[in-house]
Amino acid sequence: MNLALTITKKEIKSYFNSPAAYIVLVIFLLLSGWFFASPLFINNQANLRTLFSIIPLLYLFFIPAITMGLLSREKNTGTIEILATLPIKDTQIIMGKFWASVSLIGVGLLLTLVHFITILLLGTNVDFGAIFCGYIGLMFLGAVYSSIGIFASSITSNQIVALIISFFIIFFLFVIKFFLMFVPDFMVGIFQFLSIDYHFSNIIRGVIDTRNIIYFVSLIVLFLKLAQASLENRNWK
Amino acid sequence: MIRLQNLTKDYGLIRAVDHVNFEINEGEILGFLGPNGAGKTTTLRMITCFLSPTSGNIEVENMNIKNKQLEIKKLIGYLPEHNPLYIDMTVYDYLKFIADIRGISNFASRIKEVIEQCGLNGVVHKPINTLSKGYKQRVGFAQAILHDPKILILDEPTSGLDPNQIVEIRELIKELGKEKTLIISSHILQEVQAVCNRIIIINEGKIVADGSTEELQSAFQNKTKLILELIAPENEIVDISNNIIETSILSISSLSETTVKVEIEFDSANDKRAEIFSFIKSKEWTLLEMHRENISLEAVFRSLTIDGGEK
Repeated sequence: MNLALTITKKEIKSYFNSPAAYIVLVIFLLLSGWFFASPLFINNQANLRTLFSIIPLLYLFFIPAITMGLLSREKNTGTIEILATLPIKDTQIIMGKFWASVSLIGVGLLLTLVHFITILLLGTNVDFGAIFCGYIGLMFLGAVYSSIGIFASSITSNQIVALIISFFIIFFLFVIKFFLMFVPDFMVGIFQFLSIDYHFSNIIRGVIDTRNIIYFVSLIVLFLKLAQASLENRNWK
Repeated sequence: MIRLQNLTKDYGLIRAVDHVNFEINEGEILGFLGPNGAGKTTTLRMITCFLSPTSGNIEVENMNIKNKQLEIKKLIGYLPEHNPLYIDMTVYDYLKFIADIRGISNFASRIKEVIEQCGLNGVVHKPINTLSKGYKQRVGFAQAILHDPKILILDEPTSGLDPNQIVEIRELIKELGKEKTLIISSHILQEVQAVCNRIIIINEGKIVADGSTEELQSAFQNKTKLILELIAPENEIVDISNNIIETSILSISSLSETTVKVEIEFDSANDKRAEIFSFIKSKEWTLLEMHRENISLEAVFRSLTIDGGEK
C-alpha cells in the first residue's frame, strides 16, 4: 500500500476515534442545513446556491479546526521523531495528512447531499450540472484550505497557534474581493485573480475553467510544499 | 558499521555537537554517556536522519546520510528520548501502523513475536495512554525492534522508570541486543556499565573519552589503593612502607583494640600486593582483609565532565 495512504488511514482513524470528528460533522451539517433551509421558500428556487455560498464561510471555521493538530500535535508530543525516522518521505507524510483532511471534508459534503435530495423532492427543473460543479468547487476549496491548514500546522507545535494562522490566511484570501475598490485600476486584475471567491463563484455558476483549476491546484501545491519545507527544516523547537 | 566524521551541529549560535569522530563496529554495544545537554540526543538524531548535520558526515553501512536516508532508516530501530507514542492508539494498532510503514509483509506473526518478546501480552488491545510507564517503554521497544533492525539506537531507555522497571528494561535490552549493533545513551553510569562493552563519554559536544569499560577505568587509575585490615600492633605498621619500596601509607586507623585498618598506595603498573602479603606473613600478623579500591567509572565520568573535559 502507498505509504501516504497508511498515514491517511491512521489520521482518519484518529479523527473518528475521538468525538471531535463527530462534533465537527454534526455542527457542520446543522449550520449548513439551517442556512440552506431558512431562505429556501422565500427564494423559491430549486438550487443549492445558498448552500454553496454558506459552506465556504463554514469552511473558514471548520477546516482550521480539523487541520490544526495534524502536524503540530506530532511535534508537541514528539511522535514526529518516530514518524520522521521511519522509512517514509516527508512528501508522503504531508500528502497523507492532506488526504485525511480532504476525506473528512468529503464526508461532510456527502452529508449535505440530504439538501440535494430535498431539492429533488420539492423542485422541478433541477440544474444537475450547476450542482455537480458546485460540489467540485467545494471539494477544491476544501482542499485549498486543507493545504493552508497543514502548512500552519507545520510551522508550530501549538495547535491554537496553528488554528489562528490558518484562519487568518484563509480569511485573507476570502476578503481580498472587498479590497478591489481600493486598489489602483491596473492591479485590480491581479487582486481579482488572487481572490478565492472569484474563482469559486465561477465554478458554482457551472463554468469549470482551467484557469480556476490552475489557481486552486497551484495554491494547494504551494502550501503543501511550504509545509514540507518546514517539516524538513525541523527548526520549530 | 556506523562512521561519524567531523560531525558538527549548530543550533543558532550554540554548538551542540563539535567535530565528533567515531566508528561503531558491527555487534558492538556502545554506551553513549554524558551529562544532560552534552549533545547525546543531537548526535543520535543525526544518525537516525531526524536532524541533518551542520557539517561533517555520517555513513551507515557505507551509505551516506546525505543521499541514502530511506535505506539507512530501514536499517535502524530507534527509541527516541521520552519515548513518544501515539497515545490514542491501541498497542496493536500502533504496531500495525509501524509495520505498514516499514512494509513488513508477515506482520501478523512478527507483531505476535515482538509482543511476546517485550512482554506485552496482557495489554495488546488497550489504548496506549492507559498503560503504565514501564509498559509504555516496552511498547517503544516493540516499535523499535519490529523490523528486526541491524542497528538499534536507544536514547535514555530507562529514564523515569522505577528501579524494578529499570531492571526489567535492562534485561530486555540485553536480550534484544544480541546480534545487533546497539547504541544506548544515558547519563547514568551503572546502566551503561551493566550492558555495554564500549563507552564513549561526550561533554559539551566533544568526545572526552572512548574505550572499553576496563580501559577507561585503568586509564584513569595510575595509582592503586589497597585497603588492609590486620591484627597487628599499630605502631609497627609503618614498617610496611619502610621495608617495601615505592609504597606509601595513606592512613592508619584502629578499628578495635587489636585490629587496624591501613590504606596503602602504589603505582598500578607495579603490583606490590605479593610483597605486602609476604611481609605481613613474616611479621606473623593476622590478615583479615585485603582489597583494592577500584576507581569507579563514576569518578572517571565526574573528572571528565566537570573540569570541562581536561584529561
